[in-house]
Amino acid sequence: MIPAAFDYVRAGSAAEAISLIGEHGSDAKFLAGGHSLLPLMKLRLAQPSVLVDIGRVTDLSYVKDAGDHVAIGALTRHMDVENSAVLKEHAPLLAHAASHVGDPQVRHRGTIGGSIAHADPASDLPATTLALGATYVVQGPKGTREIAAGDFYKGFLESDLAADEMLTEIRVPKMNGAGWSFQKFNRRAQDWAIVGVAAWRRGNDSGVALVNMGQTPILASSVSSALSGGASVADAAEQAVAEASPSADNNASVEYRSHLAKVLVRRALEQAGS
Amino acid sequence: MKINVTVNGVKHTSDVEPRMLLVQYVREVLGLTGTNIGCDTSSCGACSLHVDGEAVKSCTLLAVQADGSSVTTIEGMAGADGSLHPMQKAFMDNHGLQCGYCTPGMVMAATSLLKENPNPSEDDVRIGLEGNLCRCTGYHNIVKAVLAAAGK
Repeated sequence: MIPAAFDYVRAGSAAEAISLIGEHGSDAKFLAGGHSLLPLMKLRLAQPSVLVDIGRVTDLSYVKDAGDHVAIGALTRHMDVENSAVLKEHAPLLAHAASHVGDPQVRHRGTIGGSIAHADPASDLPATTLALGATYVVQGPKGTREIAAGDFYKGFLESDLAADEMLTEIRVPKMNGAGWSFQKFNRRAQDWAIVGVAAWRRGNDSGVALVNMGQTPILASSVSSALSGGASVADAAEQAVAEASPSADNNASVEYRSHLAKVLVRRALEQAGS
Repeated sequence: MKINVTVNGVKHTSDVEPRMLLVQYVREVLGLTGTNIGCDTSSCGACSLHVDGEAVKSCTLLAVQADGSSVTTIEGMAGADGSLHPMQKAFMDNHGLQCGYCTPGMVMAATSLLKENPNPSEDDVRIGLEGNLCRCTGYHNIVKAVLAAAGK
């Protein structure tokens, strides 16, 4: 399968990328690692007229300790997120979740920013950064702005990013020793999750987000409310689908997904401990 | 668009359409047909090759993205005298191939795996090769071959 023809331009910096995307209009798309976009283009589900290749903007590939949070450049590849010593120490849930994306070949090329900007509810990192209360930094022609992960996801593959804005950094609050768990249920090793759960817990505080349980990644805030109200893990897990709106597909019915979400949230909370 | 790519140590300058996939480039432009196309959806790993030393799925990479890179395909693994790469030898010795279709991708993924983890456990090998499918289901001997190549 070959993508439809397109023009290709390469950006050397974020500023140049934003200028190029503005120049080419809303039919242009950013190309980072290409592991979400190129499969869609090969299937002709996406036919951008111009690709602005940002894969060489290497100054956006970093993981930095920034005091109360870890700052991750949007073009950091999954393999580098997975292996980051800073993330393993301060946000181990994210490093671990990154190790579950695709397979090693995919993780050599795919980027955390690409995955988040693609806003696929079945992807691991949108939900994981949502559970962690991350902030996304985006740059556009009018400057930069910060978007809370909770406000970013607007619909299936739709985000708050304007066509001429580029995600540049992901800021993840340090977990400060919180217990955590990442649960991913799938049939084949490299598949997307049929249902996934990213969760952390420290005392009365917790964050739980669901993969592939709606049109966007889902923050299961009813679970956290139940826990902070003193509910047992088993009772809190019963609230897992309060915010969800799962669909049926070849892998699972709505009922099966809902049941699975409750089971996986319970397992995640048990593993995260208190 | 003009690209400069070093493939198996040989420098190539080519004019390619932006939509040309890297796997098409090595197979159709350079005639290196050892890299197979399997699923064509970045699932099966048959098209795995190395870009700057790391295994990637060349059906999900544009040739223009490899501009300026060093690419190694299965043809570049054996020595100039035809002596097999240790991983190829290990696959042969351990009967790590049946029909052989997945083998180039398996060898490229496995060498990339050992570069990142020179001392893997059996589990590490199985998980490390999760992006490569063998429809003969010959996984057991493939894992044995990779462990043998790692000196186990």
